Amino acid sequence: MTNKQPSLLKRFLGWMNDDESTLDRELTQRLSTPSEESLRELSPEEFDAREAREEKQREDLYLAEQEQFNRIHNWATHKGVAVLNWVYRGLALLVCSFIILFLLRTAVALPPFGAEDNPYNNEVSQRYIESGIQETGAINFVAGMILDYRAFDTFGESTVLFVAACSVIMLLKLGDHSAEHPSAAMLEAEFDDRHHEPKNDEVLQLAAKVLVPVILLFGFYIVLNGHLSPGGGFSGGAVMGAGLMLYLNAFGFEKTSRFFTYKLSRWISYLALMTYAGLKSYSFFTGANHLASGIPLGIPGAILSSGLILPLNVCVGLIVMCTMYTFYSLFRKGGM
Amino acid sequence: MEFVKNVPFFSIMLCMISGVTASMLPPKIAKWWTVALAAVVAALNAWLLSYLLSVGESYTYMMGHFPAPWGNELRGGILEALLAVVFSIVLLVSTLGGMQKLEYQVDPHKQNLFCVMLDLVLAAMISMLYTNDLFTGYVFIEIMTLGACVLIMSRQNGRTLVSAMRYMIMSLLGSGLILIAITLTYNLTGHLLMENIQQSFAQLHASGQYEVPITVITGLFFVGLGIKSALFPFHTWLPDAYGYSTPAASSVLSSIVSKAYIFLLMKIFYRVIGMDIIHSSHVMNLLFIFGVAGMILGSLSAIRSHDLRRMNAYSSVAQIGYLYAGIGLGIEAGFVAAIYHMIMHSVAKSSLFIATSGLADASGDSKRFSDLRGAGYRYPAAGICFSVSAMSLVGIPILGGFVSKLYFSQAAFEYGGVHLWVMLSALALSTFLNVLYFMRTVITLYRPPKKGFQPPAFRKDPRTVTALWIMTALNFLVGLLAQPIVMAITRGLRMFA
Repeated sequence: MTNKQPSLLKRFLGWMNDDESTLDRELTQRLSTPSEESLRELSPEEFDAREAREEKQREDLYLAEQEQFNRIHNWATHKGVAVLNWVYRGLALLVCSFIILFLLRTAVALPPFGAEDNPYNNEVSQRYIESGIQETGAINFVAGMILDYRAFDTFGESTVLFVAACSVIMLLKLGDHSAEHPSAAMLEAEFDDRHHEPKNDEVLQLAAKVLVPVILLFGFYIVLNGHLSPGGGFSGGAVMGAGLMLYLNAFGFEKTSRFFTYKLSRWISYLALMTYAGLKSYSFFTGANHLASGIPLGIPGAILSSGLILPLNVCVGLIVMCTMYTFYSLFRKGGM
Repeated sequence: MEFVKNVPFFSIMLCMISGVTASMLPPKIAKWWTVALAAVVAALNAWLLSYLLSVGESYTYMMGHFPAPWGNELRGGILEALLAVVFSIVLLVSTLGGMQKLEYQVDPHKQNLFCVMLDLVLAAMISMLYTNDLFTGYVFIEIMTLGACVLIMSRQNGRTLVSAMRYMIMSLLGSGLILIAITLTYNLTGHLLMENIQQSFAQLHASGQYEVPITVITGLFFVGLGIKSALFPFHTWLPDAYGYSTPAASSVLSSIVSKAYIFLLMKIFYRVIGMDIIHSSHVMNLLFIFGVAGMILGSLSAIRSHDLRRMNAYSSVAQIGYLYAGIGLGIEAGFVAAIYHMIMHSVAKSSLFIATSGLADASGDSKRFSDLRGAGYRYPAAGICFSVSAMSLVGIPILGGFVSKLYFSQAAFEYGGVHLWVMLSALALSTFLNVLYFMRTVITLYRPPKKGFQPPAFRKDPRTVTALWIMTALNFLVGLLAQPIVMAITRGLRMFA
């Protein structure tokens, strides 16, 4: 038995065979090679002596391995972690200061903020501002830009919201809530919810009774006037979502489920996204193939104007509202 | 306008609509829905590819009623169509092959969400290929990031959750850097359309204005997309993410998600910043160094790993190193080699992941190499598929890896200088290391099992077997059709610039 490292070839063969540790290998080898002693009968003394010798060897091997392990392990847990932490901190500091320095240097070299002859004051923004109203029918240039000129990007962004909702569902949704026997996780979530969330708080309920209709109405107003005034689907949808959450907080899931459930919110956001996709596909297809779309733009300033922007705003608003509600109900009780 | 030119628009919308619809479908239908979608998209893009090959020039496609700098725009070329065909076929086969594992590794109520993410990743990939607008690219980067994250964590055990978290943090850092770069670009040029940005950048470069910001923009794009595609020093999220997620997820992640980012980086270099500025900023040398380091260190990590799937994951790091080294040469031949390698690797690596899951089944779900002995006899389709794709990655003639290594060396010879010797020796060393770990596995697969090994009872799922045979055939096809593919890439790249 030697303590020196095995040769490269042996190590290679060991790697090919996916062998166990040195200790295991030694033991297997010793067990598999028959010793000449075993060929003859052993007297009890001889047998004991051999057993003791082997015991000793095994012990030594084990101790050597253990010592090596301890040496590395102790160093790693006591000193190594501390050293690595310092190295990481130092490097992080270095990298961050480099990035900050570079970005500051870049910011200094950029065109001055708000100057008249900046590169971004070009024909692109000029057309948005000058002929935005005639071309899109929307008084709110931003709405015209995101829902007509660059509606494809906005479709992508709405899908991002949908994907975000789906990823939270994937992570937090607890089983099928229509099943007869709820799972242990569902019961636990139910218990936690009862335990931690205030129920029947009269102040909150009164405030919610007064505020929720106003908030929902205001949110809907922002959405519907998206093409006329600042706001639109994204901000109005967030307001409506907040109103729903307030109601849910004050009155709990049971009462909310009389008019709005998790399932309903999934269906609404699905249908809204499909409507968006359908309307815009029509518009993209006719636009790209130079066909007349036949969508009337109406009189700028009227509530029923600006072509597809109004329905698209409603769709985006519904998607944002449902996404917020889905997030809240999932984080609170796993979407039950 | 010919009707076939609508294909990019159709395929993007089709993917997104079916992806969103899949969330409402029962899981059983959703899986086949995804397979059908991928088949339709592949067929559509093949139609477009054949049209473009006969016409020989690219075209732009107006998304809506407003022309390009105001509205969004898509652009179709041979390269984009070719990659769309390849990636959708790979997605199809990976979904088919991973379906059986999906059924018991992912919560039954959430399997349709997995399909949603597959569809949307396909949509994001096709949009990144065809988009001619920088910001559209960013929107779809976001979709792809979230989708990939869900794919990783869909098999919910501790390790996938941790690795999804790590992926999320690093990937969002990358997205942030890309967004800063896009903002700076808009600030300097006032455009988001790729051609217009390139023109403005060329003017700025000629007049020597804003040199610092332009260099920083180049660096931010490079680091941001490098993190997302697991370029060597930023690859730490990769092994766990690929190693522990469900096979369909790891094969889609390694073959599609990282490749789409690399393609976007090429597109940004070629069509946004412009090769003149890229060459004068010397960022290519950085890419080359990181790429070469990845080639060798990734392979070394693969040799040291005890788990077959982690070995595959580390081998991805090495292969991505090849891609970046090819791009880092900065000449057309290097780009052609890199794109061919992209196609070859996405086919071979997805086959490896699916075959590995089959082999793990045949050895009692053990990841130890010693239990894999004889698995090639117990599950012939998986064994053959694994061996063929491993040989392809090592670079055995007839198969794709040989051709791509040949083109990499040719490109290095064309470039000459120090790069030539670095590239050649890195290729030789990396090939040697590839041989070590892949041939070890292949030999293990066909050795007689250890004494006393009880072969486990397992079911060979017909869907997986079909997918494995198709993948084996695809590996041969990529190698045998190397000449036409490289011709198409070269033509595509010429109309790309």
